[in-house]
Amino acid sequence: MEYRFDEKARYSKTHEWVRVEGGQAVIGISDYAQNKLSDVVFVELPALGKELRAGAACMVIESVKAAEEVFAPVSGAVVSRNEKLEKAPELVNKDPFGDGWLVKVTLSDPREVDSLLDVAAYRKLVETL
Amino acid sequence: MSFIPNTAADRDRMLEAIGVSAVGDLFRDVPQEHRFPRLELLPAVSEQEILKELDDLARRNADCGHTPCFLGAGAYHHFIPSVVDFVVSRSEFYTAYTPYQPEISQGTLQAIFEYQSMIARLTGMEVSNASHYDGATSTAEAVIMALNVGQHQRKRVVLSPGVHPHYREVVRTYTQGMGLQVTGDEKPDAGPDQTAGLCDSSTACVVVQSPDFFGRIIAPSALEDLAKKVHACGALLVVAVNPISLGLLIPPGELGADVVVGEGQALGNAMAFGGPSLGFFAFRKDQIRRSSGRIAGESTDRAGSRGYVFTLSTREQHIRRDKATSNICTNQSLNALAAAAYLTSLGPRGLRRVAELCWHKAHYAAAGIARLPGFTVEPGEFFHEFVVRCPRGVAELNRRLYDRHGIIGGFDLVTQYPERKNCMLVCCTEMNSRDEIDRFVSALEEAGNE
Repeated sequence: MEYRFDEKARYSKTHEWVRVEGGQAVIGISDYAQNKLSDVVFVELPALGKELRAGAACMVIESVKAAEEVFAPVSGAVVSRNEKLEKAPELVNKDPFGDGWLVKVTLSDPREVDSLLDVAAYRKLVETL
Repeated sequence: MSFIPNTAADRDRMLEAIGVSAVGDLFRDVPQEHRFPRLELLPAVSEQEILKELDDLARRNADCGHTPCFLGAGAYHHFIPSVVDFVVSRSEFYTAYTPYQPEISQGTLQAIFEYQSMIARLTGMEVSNASHYDGATSTAEAVIMALNVGQHQRKRVVLSPGVHPHYREVVRTYTQGMGLQVTGDEKPDAGPDQTAGLCDSSTACVVVQSPDFFGRIIAPSALEDLAKKVHACGALLVVAVNPISLGLLIPPGELGADVVVGEGQALGNAMAFGGPSLGFFAFRKDQIRRSSGRIAGESTDRAGSRGYVFTLSTREQHIRRDKATSNICTNQSLNALAAAAYLTSLGPRGLRRVAELCWHKAHYAAAGIARLPGFTVEPGEFFHEFVVRCPRGVAELNRRLYDRHGIIGGFDLVTQYPERKNCMLVCCTEMNSRDEIDRFVSALEEAGNE
């Protein structure tokens, strides 16, 4: 199986990605994760302003066969939510690194990003699964 | 033929494994003389004789079919059209189980879907689940749903003292250990205004009942007011109702309720010593993912034909495990089917007629009792139950009513509300004839004043 990867993103071992854009961190799930979930039918996004803690469950993604928690890859307050997902949750499947992003947060500790896997390390992780 | 699958050799191996030499040793803690006691059984009798004996025993019960009854307090005696029993007794439907395989359960799933549609219309809500166990579990599940909506940040639950005492007890049982403050029912006379006053930004929900346990109706304007105040705090308003009363009263869904729950027994289910019963549970669409229980949905199959499935199962335990919205993954299918058959056979006009009969008969009885010396009827708008202050204890009155007049009297409120001494909760339904009510009133007069 060939998966898509975003060269500019950092990854968690639990298959979330982070991309730092203009001081904010965009968070989503990887192509591998969306593929394993199958068709996403609902994304329960955290409230604006909610403080996410790295490694803690912060939202739930429901697919036709499962409901899985998303773990925050970095800590920070939610400043933006992808409201398009309410009407079109399938964006998570179609474009996991683009239109299927989940939330944007203000980074409370930018060093957390560096401790995540780079694309080469994440690619290697996925290959072993 | 042996029905025990393991052999003597198997048993020996098991005993050896646990280091016991004989099966008898496992029972050493039971004193010898109690191990095989002589059972002093009567000689065997024929089926005909045993049926006669059981029938004689059953006749010693005072059942509502043969005894005038003015007892309600949560379970109500209504006429059940024969078609209800016919439908629920069909072998295709005759299972208490909630189906898991839509391929072989289309009839049951459609029946649940029809039940949900009727409950949603009756309560004025957008969605109904497939039912819970009874009014008490539905109320407790509504509280859990409100806690989920508040993402478990809101730790306060306000209960009106007019909510059925059993429902309040079950809410407390359900939520024990969750670190909540369940309050509002300490003062037995608190009205909607006082209940609303207890709602704050830490409150998950406010629960009221109308008609309440004492039969009193919360005026539509008061309920609307309450809903506004509760919503201003960001909490949910849960309203427990008697479904029969909705034949006459404005459904709480039209007055701002977020969840409408209640005991569904009155809809085509016999009182049957208090169960089995069903609890209905209806709510607004925007909370559907936080809701409890199972939900049947209408869909189309690959060929485009209409079909029914259980939907939104990702809320439930078999998928979401410990994060499920509720511990209940089943429903009261057969009881819900009886409710659907009942509502279908009555139709909107029939239900209105039943509600009118209940209202008129209860008000006729109240007017008669209010004229009796020593008795007063508590003021206020009521549906088919009302509180009577009596000249003596209700337990004693009820004993006289039954022993001398063959009448089952009302509910003794002191058993649940210690301050309500000598208070009888009287109920009338369409089953109480005018003649019965007249006899009840004169029997009360006699029993109260001797």
